[in-house]
Amino acid sequence: MLFRELSLSLGGGAALHITGANGVGKSSLLRLLAGLLRPYAGSVATDGAIALMDERPALDLNMPLGRALSFWSRIDGTQDDGEIAAQLALGDLLDVPVRYLSTGQRKRATMARVIGQRAQIWLLDEPLSGLDEASQGLVIGLVGEHTASGGIAVIASHQPFALEGLQTLAIEQFVPPLPDGEGIEGWGNGGAVPRDIAASNTPIQPPPQGGGDL
Amino acid sequence: MIAALLRRDLAQFFPFAGSGGAALPLLFFLAVAMLYPFAVGPDPTLLARTGGGVVWIAALLAAILPLDRLMARDIELGVFDQLRLRGVAEESAMAVRLFAHWLSFGPPLILAAFPAAALLNLEGQTFDLLLLGLLAGTPGLAAVGLMIAALTASLRAGAALAGLLLIPLSLPILIFGAGALARGDAASVGFAGAISLALVAIAPFAAGAAIRAGREG
Repeated sequence: MLFRELSLSLGGGAALHITGANGVGKSSLLRLLAGLLRPYAGSVATDGAIALMDERPALDLNMPLGRALSFWSRIDGTQDDGEIAAQLALGDLLDVPVRYLSTGQRKRATMARVIGQRAQIWLLDEPLSGLDEASQGLVIGLVGEHTASGGIAVIASHQPFALEGLQTLAIEQFVPPLPDGEGIEGWGNGGAVPRDIAASNTPIQPPPQGGGDL
Repeated sequence: MIAALLRRDLAQFFPFAGSGGAALPLLFFLAVAMLYPFAVGPDPTLLARTGGGVVWIAALLAAILPLDRLMARDIELGVFDQLRLRGVAEESAMAVRLFAHWLSFGPPLILAAFPAAALLNLEGQTFDLLLLGLLAGTPGLAAVGLMIAALTASLRAGAALAGLLLIPLSLPILIFGAGALARGDAASVGFAGAISLALVAIAPFAAGAAIRAGREG
């Protein structure tokens, strides 16, 4: 089991920072919220479109960045990648195949995909890893704009995230302690023991004005 | 949305459409047809009698080549997760992919059967049955390939395993498709087509379920 009796509820304009050590279940919680995993017990209710950023960019490695992004904007039915890419300092890289981008550039490109989706709820998994300080500031600023316009942001990161009005949820509080003698010898701490996932009662409220007009 | 998906899939898989490697199955198919006369000698009657079967074997082996690129790459990139968040069911994505996979593999193979038939001295009714059989059988080969690729995508030796699995599972298509050549009857082609259709109907659901199961793992 990863965590239990975890309950959270977010309304429009809220930003939540999920903290915890590596492997404690931050990414799993985000995937639960996104509906990609099912909780072992409990339920997740969301209202509004969800954008997820994780370590996988979902951009075709062989395609130029501009075309890879415009595939997603066609799927989303949105427009104007050029402006979003410029906001993230990617304007000069649109003709470069994604496989040539550096780690930080890929991260920013993934962020451009998230913004381009115009979803109300952003689930960001380690959005700052691999970014230099200037880019970190860019991303934090964009998340701030999103919540200021009524969107919801959930950020899972072990790094500090300098955003005003950010709530914090430490996952460790909800990790059940292992009963004595249940650890497996040689496995180190209990963290390596396979766990089921349990989350309960985590409704996410829609932002008040729909948030679709970023 | 479906059109955008299909366009992306075709850009990935259609031979000579850009990203390298998509034309390899086609070239492999032609290479086998070219090598066979060298291996058994230039006797025209022998070639005419056995050539059809060789074309079928070559088609089967060519169907294995694209499998490692078919699903694993997009699962690693998280493309299906992102599609799911946008309300695209795995089944729809798989149906589109099946169509794109067949388009980039079936029709080019059927076209390549013309030069292959010339090399192997296949003419008349045999050639007609070969073309009809390939037309009936390749959708089924594509469907089996898609299911296997989706199931083995997360395994470390997935690519090799996919090849090993495709051969027994495509046996019914081979029996009826290539069998039509030996017996010279078109009814077998109908059977191959029926098996193909059943596989095409199952494949998007099986492959979609495989993607979902992979997420939970």
